[in-house]
Amino acid sequence: MNKVKTETNNPRKAEVEQPLLEIRGLKKHFDVTGGWFKKNKEYLRAVDGIDLKVKRGETLGIVGESGCGKSTTGNLIVRLLEPTEGEIIFEGENLAELTGEELRQKRKDIQMIFQDPFSSLNPRMRVFELIAEPLRTHQTHKGDELKKRVFELMDVVGLSPEFAQRFPHEFSGGQRQRIGIARALALNPKLLVCDEPVSALDVSIQSQILNLLKRLQEQFNLTLVFIAHGLPAVKHISDRIAVMYLGKVVELTTREKLFAHPMHPYTEGLLTAVPVPDPEVRDTRERVVLKGDIPSPVNPPSGCSFHTRCPFADEKCKQDTPEFKELKPDHFVACHYPLEGGKGTIQNPS
Amino acid sequence: MSQQVTPEPVPEPQGPAAPDSMKKHQKKSSFVRWMKLLLKSKTGTVGFLIVMVVFIVGIFSDQIAPFGVNEQNYANMLVPPAWQEGGSSEHFLGTDNLGRDILSRIIYGTTISLLVGIFSVVVAGILGMAAGLFAGYYGGWIDTVTMRMVDAFLSIPNILFILVILTVLNPGIMTLIFAIGVTNWVIYARLIRGEVLSVKEREYVKAARSIGTKNLTIIRRHVLPNVFSTFIVISTLSVATTIILEASLSFLGMGVQPPDVSWGYMLADGRDYLATNWWLATFPGLAITITVLGIIFLGDWLRDVLDPRSQGR
Repeated sequence: MNKVKTETNNPRKAEVEQPLLEIRGLKKHFDVTGGWFKKNKEYLRAVDGIDLKVKRGETLGIVGESGCGKSTTGNLIVRLLEPTEGEIIFEGENLAELTGEELRQKRKDIQMIFQDPFSSLNPRMRVFELIAEPLRTHQTHKGDELKKRVFELMDVVGLSPEFAQRFPHEFSGGQRQRIGIARALALNPKLLVCDEPVSALDVSIQSQILNLLKRLQEQFNLTLVFIAHGLPAVKHISDRIAVMYLGKVVELTTREKLFAHPMHPYTEGLLTAVPVPDPEVRDTRERVVLKGDIPSPVNPPSGCSFHTRCPFADEKCKQDTPEFKELKPDHFVACHYPLEGGKGTIQNPS
Repeated sequence: MSQQVTPEPVPEPQGPAAPDSMKKHQKKSSFVRWMKLLLKSKTGTVGFLIVMVVFIVGIFSDQIAPFGVNEQNYANMLVPPAWQEGGSSEHFLGTDNLGRDILSRIIYGTTISLLVGIFSVVVAGILGMAAGLFAGYYGGWIDTVTMRMVDAFLSIPNILFILVILTVLNPGIMTLIFAIGVTNWVIYARLIRGEVLSVKEREYVKAARSIGTKNLTIIRRHVLPNVFSTFIVISTLSVATTIILEASLSFLGMGVQPPDVSWGYMLADGRDYLATNWWLATFPGLAITITVLGIIFLGDWLRDVLDPRSQGR
């Protein structure tokens, strides 16, 4: 565990090491033309060219509004969707090119936890069968060994063994999510993609599941990609955070830097949108209220895709697409006028 | 790193004890458990009893029937049922225009009506289920081709199509089953495909894919069980409509051929006497109604029981 800690605390050293997962220029465009006879094809650019690196043992949070492409990114990583373009390099191998049996074998290393614990478990399978499914699929355990492994997994996620023969509908959301986590852990994955694993749960249960994930990460040396739509959920668990907007990553940095010194105006907007329990702070702090709605990904704005809602946008933003580059060590931003305590920056409260 | 992944030692008392309790649980899920579930539901019990009686009658028709199927008696033509004036206890449900005992003919007819009703549903169900599952799950050209075929089948009137098949091939029970089967599969294909489309978007199917489960296994383990209740409901309704369809075909003279007899054939036969001798057509009709009702009751119960959410209630 110490090794992991130093990695995250010392970004320079970690850079040298090969990342567990590297995404290069990943795109996913959905055909939304509708009808056979239309001449001009229309595409929904769900993910429109993103670059990410996920280091071994870290937790990368991905946040963004609904429809920004974060779940699509998660689905692309586990190859539930075929990428339109780009590379997904996992341990030196490009997942985007794998097919058939090779891909099936690779799936052992990358597992997913789903958002809705009510639809992610087959209502006609008992808990035992649900957790045993990955083991049976890859035939890693058989007979008594299989049983032992399933009960081991149930214990790890905090489910008592007498639940084994029950059906999913007999459980609460939190317990169901635990079943989902046990299933995801069954094959000893290296990377766990969590697609909003707590957003469907009660607030009181959310922290339990987050803590469980954190504990499991340490116990099994897991690397997590944690997708959420709000910053508070990822703050607790992430080492680094990527902010997505309209299919692109606009800012990527460590949790500390993101919360202390956001450089992209959109991140600033997200941060100040977080509710503050103290009414005095709430009333006095300055909020960046983003005007308007998220534009349609079928017809994204020219230049910087955020310029329609950005308080600092000018002509340049309308025409040139800002490059996603490392402005400060370990701090990637895609913005022509990044906030640096200079132009227009709003002091972060607290 | 992979060694590290193995979890901490399992708490000993729980590990080995739990699988034992599981075995017990599975043993219990047998005949006794099903009977208990059946007795809990009134409609289920009634449906089950009716279907059982009809089956037993169908299987042992030779032993049960008091008269032969084509035993004619010109001295006793058109005798009314026993409780009516002029009826005799010898012919409980009366006799027909050739003096054949109606009760015996109904008993004999059970066999063929059931055979046709059940097996043509089995044929149609298997064809339609397979088509619907593959079309819905794989989509793309498989879906397009299957669904256009379904549309083509639906555009031809059912009876006409069956009549053509029956004319080309020799009329008989097997042909009848085949003809009804290959025309009725479209109903299943369409409904099952629709259900599959909704089931395959659920996250547990995604989860199975992300695990690396093969497509055929996903269809068998995740999709099929979750569309099965729909299938049960349409099949049971379909057994009912098929028995009636067989009746119409026999009425048109292309269904069951004499000396065989079915309820539908009797119904058609008795039509001419409906105004004067009502019992000729009424009793076979009643047999159809009761049987269909029993099957529907049983199907309803089966659908509820197959859903794990309704268990333990």
